[in-house]
Amino acid sequence: MAAPMKATVTVTLKNGVLDPQGRAIESALKGLGFDGVGDVRAGKIIELELADGTSRETVEAMARQLLANTVIENFRIEMP
Amino acid sequence: MKSAVIVFPGSNCDRDLADAITKVTGIAPTLVWHAETSLPDRLDFIGIPGGFSYGDYLRSGAMAARSPVMQAVVQAAGEGRAVLGVCNGFQVLTETGLLPGALMRNAGLNFVCRDVRLEVANSQSIFTSRYATGETVTIPVAHHDGNYFADAETLARLEGEGRVAFRYAESVNGSAHDIAGILNDAGNVLGMMPHPERLIEDAQGGTDGRRMFEAVQAALG
Repeated sequence: MAAPMKATVTVTLKNGVLDPQGRAIESALKGLGFDGVGDVRAGKIIELELADGTSRETVEAMARQLLANTVIENFRIEMP
Repeated sequence: MKSAVIVFPGSNCDRDLADAITKVTGIAPTLVWHAETSLPDRLDFIGIPGGFSYGDYLRSGAMAARSPVMQAVVQAAGEGRAVLGVCNGFQVLTETGLLPGALMRNAGLNFVCRDVRLEVANSQSIFTSRYATGETVTIPVAHHDGNYFADAETLARLEGEGRVAFRYAESVNGSAHDIAGILNDAGNVLGMMPHPERLIEDAQGGTDGRRMFEAVQAALG
């Protein structure tokens, strides 16, 4: 049997939205002695197993309606 | 005044809110479970309580905003029923789109749990009429995601239309324009991070929250 179709939705904060978590990671990396670290942004990845033939439009609707809050977040979809 | 308090899995201020409503109005609200698809008939007032609905999974308030009962709440708000969202309830209201903007992780990353001073920015609403504009009140906050964000256009609209109800009078969480609570455009929906239901009687250390429920009762009968 073929592996189920998968989509990956990557959710990131929009540019210009302060990311306190990214800031904390940045400062911790610097504390560990890693030089040259600029702006750090944290996001999340959501992996979906989907019925074959599910359209990109459907996944986009999922992202808009639930997976991302488009007031503050952008999303990117990767699927076959 | 006929009221209801919505209960999600992970709500933890639902009983406090119900208790506050009961103590001030003399009539206990109906507690409505998140899986219900309708609300009791002829409600005047709906409370969305604080807590950690659905474990704050995905984003604070995100799952609760898509629960069956919230469709009924959105409809009721559209019909002009008064809706108050406190803390997680405010997060739920922004996630449903009843209120603009979003509540993000506190700028200092810390969970903030203490009494804070608030400035009443608009006393011309059914929720705030027992306060005076410019008055400072002290009400506790307890949240991790209270950092209010909205784009510049939305902030300008909120300010221009007098829809900022409360502002922090001290540094709390990094909120844009120090916003602690906002109204919808019709004025029948208020979301706020501080917990007025925790200050109803002297035994709780003050009564600055009680006036909100008195105002609602006076407006709605």
